[in-house]
Amino acid sequence: MSTIESGTLTGRSLHLSFGSNHVLRGIDLHVERGTTASVIGPSGSGKSTLLRVLNRLIEPDQGDILLDGRSVLKDNPDELRRRIGMVFQQFNLFPHKTVVDNVSLALRKLRGMSADEARAKALAQLDQVGLKHKAEVRPANLSGGQQQRVAIARALAMDPEVMFFDEATSALDPELVKGVLALMADLATAGMTMVVVTHEMGFSRNVSDTVTFMDGGVVVESGPPAAIFDNAQTPRLKSFLSDVL
Amino acid sequence: MNAFEQLLQTFFDWEAMASVLPELLTVGLPNTLILAISSGVIGTVLGMILAVMGISRNRALRWAARVYTDIFRGVPAVVIILLIGIGLSPLFRQLTGSTSPFPMGILALSLMAAAYIGEIFRSGIQSVEKGQLEASRALGFSYHSSMQLVVIPQGVRRVLPALVNQFISLIKESSLIYFLGLLASERELFRIGNDAAGNTGNLSPLIAAAVLYLCLTVPLTHLVNYIDNRLRMGKREKPEPDDIAARIGEGAKT
Repeated sequence: MSTIESGTLTGRSLHLSFGSNHVLRGIDLHVERGTTASVIGPSGSGKSTLLRVLNRLIEPDQGDILLDGRSVLKDNPDELRRRIGMVFQQFNLFPHKTVVDNVSLALRKLRGMSADEARAKALAQLDQVGLKHKAEVRPANLSGGQQQRVAIARALAMDPEVMFFDEATSALDPELVKGVLALMADLATAGMTMVVVTHEMGFSRNVSDTVTFMDGGVVVESGPPAAIFDNAQTPRLKSFLSDVL
Repeated sequence: MNAFEQLLQTFFDWEAMASVLPELLTVGLPNTLILAISSGVIGTVLGMILAVMGISRNRALRWAARVYTDIFRGVPAVVIILLIGIGLSPLFRQLTGSTSPFPMGILALSLMAAAYIGEIFRSGIQSVEKGQLEASRALGFSYHSSMQLVVIPQGVRRVLPALVNQFISLIKESSLIYFLGLLASERELFRIGNDAAGNTGNLSPLIAAAVLYLCLTVPLTHLVNYIDNRLRMGKREKPEPDDIAARIGEGAKT
């Protein structure tokens, strides 16, 4: 095991059931600081649930979650989630607030910044995703791709140690996917620790450092992209890849 | 006098209307407004409390809100007004020395309005997509902050038209206060119109009262329609063609 630095995220034998439905059956996932781990697999394999367990939007039944090598299960989950940014398939921007207010809300209310400070930081973050000129409009007036970039800016504004992407491009029209993926790739290059649940095999292969293939609530295979995409070992991964590639 | 003239005389005796109008405007209208506005405000506050109880994770709170709502929505308004207005007035008089039926009348109207408004708010809050709460929690907000900052404001906005409808009902229901017995200075629109109709044996004063009710409710009805349109269509803000979206294609606009 390599040395654990700040921003390193580990899930250990995570289990979760909804009633009789055993969604996660002992998941292990280790994401080194500054690396990108993509999680692939068929729908219903537990990928999105895994992300929600890792930031404790859903509490695991069993297992442990470590950030920087320390278990965070005893921490206040709200505190934990301030350290982990999350981007959703459906963007989930707050429609009653302007773009800049979407980004600055948590800065003001959770980081205790003044309105001016928060606004300045939010505008800088929007500039980074190329949407500073849209600061005063409502999310409904933006395209899906723009909304997703605002959602990314909203998560980044909190200076997270880790970023989660839950099928961030699945709800976008094909023409808009590229811009969002490019932004995610930039983040990866800049050294952000990321866990990316995705159906974009090109992104998974080209940008991620490790790829985890999940099916039926277990990790079937995990390794560097080349090993997963060019040298699949299990029939399940082979059949999945032949379906999606 | 033919039948038509008689009808006209019964409903549209201008003199009878003119003679009751000053009292309608100086006594009836203010009293109706006092009753409707104060019970509207109190009902809204209580309704919000009921709505939050109704979606609470605590089963006892949900149950209490449910029982309250069922009772106050299920019993005729006049029954509640009589029970509270007459039943509680001796206690109120002992505590405050006041003999005015207004406080207990307002209480009764507020308690009824709260049951309806609570349901309106609850349905609005529950119509907000789950992703909104999830996104807010993912940012690190607590459940309560998320509800307060993200979910409830959206839910309330969606039900503003229904809420205004409820205010219209309250203006009309305030007339039921007359069952509690009002001093001359306490009479609201209906009672003044009704008294004048009784004294003159002509219904025109009631028509005058009805017209004043319409002056209050019709603008509100139009306000409902305006809010409804505004909520559905959004602010009249032209979506600018975005540089990136425009470059990539039409799909951006959907």
